[in-house]
Amino acid sequence: MFSLLKRNLQTGRVTIPVEAGVEAEYELVGTRLKETIARLLGGRSLHIREVDAGSCNGCELEITALSNPVYDVERFGVHFVASPRHADVLLVTGPVTRQMQAALLKTYEATPEPRFVIASGDCAIDCGVYAGSCAVSGRVEDFIPVDVKIHGCPPAPLALLRGLLATVERLPLEICHTTRHEKTP
Amino acid sequence: MAERRFDDSCAELSVRERARLASLIATDDRKKNNTFGLHCVFSLPRKKTYETLTTQIAAEQPRYPSLTPRLPSAHAFEREIFEFFGIEPVGHPDLRGLLLHEDWPRGVHPLRKDFSQGTKPERTQGEIFRFQKVEGEGVFEIPVGPVHAGIIEPGHFRFSVAGEPIINLEIRLGYVHKGIEKLAEGRDPLQAVDLAERISGDAAFAHSLAFSQAVEQVALVPPPPRAQSLRVIFAELERLYNHLGDIAGIATDVGFSFGAAQMLLLRERVLQSNQRLVGHRLLRGVNIPGGIRREPQGGALQGLNDFLSWLELEYVCVERLYRDTDSLMDRVEGAGILARQVAEDLGGVGPSVRASGVDEDLRRDHPYGLYNELKFAVPVLDEGDVAARMLVKMAEFKQSLALIRQVLATLPDGPCSIPVKIIPGSGMGWAESSRGEILHWLRIDSDGRIERLKVKSPSFSNWPLLPWAVKDNIVPDFPLINKSFNLSYSGNDR
Ligand code: SF4
Repeated sequence: MFSLLKRNLQTGRVTIPVEAGVEAEYELVGTRLKETIARLLGGRSLHIREVDAGSCNGCELEITALSNPVYDVERFGVHFVASPRHADVLLVTGPVTRQMQAALLKTYEATPEPRFVIASGDCAIDCGVYAGSCAVSGRVEDFIPVDVKIHGCPPAPLALLRGLLATVERLPLEICHTTRHEKTP
Repeated sequence: MAERRFDDSCAELSVRERARLASLIATDDRKKNNTFGLHCVFSLPRKKTYETLTTQIAAEQPRYPSLTPRLPSAHAFEREIFEFFGIEPVGHPDLRGLLLHEDWPRGVHPLRKDFSQGTKPERTQGEIFRFQKVEGEGVFEIPVGPVHAGIIEPGHFRFSVAGEPIINLEIRLGYVHKGIEKLAEGRDPLQAVDLAERISGDAAFAHSLAFSQAVEQVALVPPPPRAQSLRVIFAELERLYNHLGDIAGIATDVGFSFGAAQMLLLRERVLQSNQRLVGHRLLRGVNIPGGIRREPQGGALQGLNDFLSWLELEYVCVERLYRDTDSLMDRVEGAGILARQVAEDLGGVGPSVRASGVDEDLRRDHPYGLYNELKFAVPVLDEGDVAARMLVKMAEFKQSLALIRQVLATLPDGPCSIPVKIIPGSGMGWAESSRGEILHWLRIDSDGRIERLKVKSPSFSNWPLLPWAVKDNIVPDFPLINKSFNLSYSGNDR
């Protein structure tokens, strides 16, 4: 481990053409996100529960990428939680399949009010390429109220971050004033 | 002389040729000749071919002797066909629902032709799904899912445990079933690539490749040489980012977060490189029957060369870090052993079984595209544990890097695609994805539309392996063992 650390220190981090533009933009949006969360949520982080309602897993791949060392979204005050009971926000992906419809509703009901819903990815918004399938029940907003939509197939990390910023800026005041989440990690 | 029974022929072929059942496809041919077709595709790696045995089943009595008693690898296929076509495999040990859950009305079979596209059957009060019961003193059950704690796809796991060790695991999937095969029917094959790319998001390129090759086989048009080369590059790039993610996942699950972060950093760089190459991180919108529709622009390919050199240097260091970390290696060695016999009997594919001594890789054994002309090794290990699955992926990673380099060095000029004229017929396309064999079986009707598309994903082959690998391991090791297979739920459910 130390040899790797040493080498990294010696060579510096960036020796390839990284997506400089995208990453700089990401940092800008992230800084605003962090400030907004700090201002509105009074020192706690925004708690998100991700729900795959039938996705192809492309959306999950990019949401997971938000936690990699390049994007590291936690430093902006965004925390993915394991249970809907700890969540402020549900981040829902995929068309709602017939067989996930009940689980989606249960997850929504288990999320304490006030709650906020993001439909993430083209499928969540309008069923995408799966529209019209006998096994797909419908769009996310056909079943639960949707507050913010993030387009893309899948939305890349920057698009996701922008969506999170839009979410935080529109959070109802009650979420901002609630402190019940503080007891969770 | 009486005709030979289909199950006899299949069992005999599998023994004689040591053939692996790769896919079982049903077709609704009632309009044509009042039968259902059953097509059993075997892989004959020693002969480098696939062989298909076909039988016809009278529509009035849609039943046939089940293959499963003699070919356990047919188990899930037959359950699926029973559900989607209403064809009964007589003598099958377990005909509970596979992908359609209890509220799907019994007797409604969505892949039959008289089930019209877009019908959404009413929900019914079906029979409750009965999980296998393990009884005995001190045995209890742990149900998990379908919604899990992490950011992963939905599925239900039912553990039976006695103390810590797992006695039995039953996996119930189907939650993300999206009816993709049905949805493809009636479409222009050239318009169905989008669908193929969305069978399993992290195998977008491999699925589009298998699908495109199936169309090309029907239409009898080989894509131009430049497209063949580019396809190898993209397919191997997909393997690179997936293997990096899989290896990182193992590190995460043993609490080696420094190592995980290093791998994930590399993975992100590969995704970014994909973006620079073709404008999509997951390589979507790139393949098309007839070739490549989005060609890397300008200096992007030279950039790729430089990137690969960087990647290799970095990767070698991180891999050494993994191998030198005892807390990681101690946990993965001996965990989740999958026996070779089980892997073979159940028809497992890809790196998950190459780590159990099963030496098969479609790129070498059923060469497609350019692979015949390329030099590469197929890493195989015998241990069958989490460590072996990780090490096989590590070795494959380096092979993939070398493959891309080989192709870049000899990349021919010329067009990237040729127009494909769709003609009726049937064909099959395959690709070795990062998880293993993808098989698309395609039939095109006289209007040039898709009549039937059967997608066999590697996850469909490999999910049945997992319960065997976790047996006798302790529950807390389950996430680690599961991760070492890293199967796709969407790919399985389609
Ligand atoms: S939006 Fe795209 S990536 Fe996301 S689930 Fe749908 S098809 Fe997959």
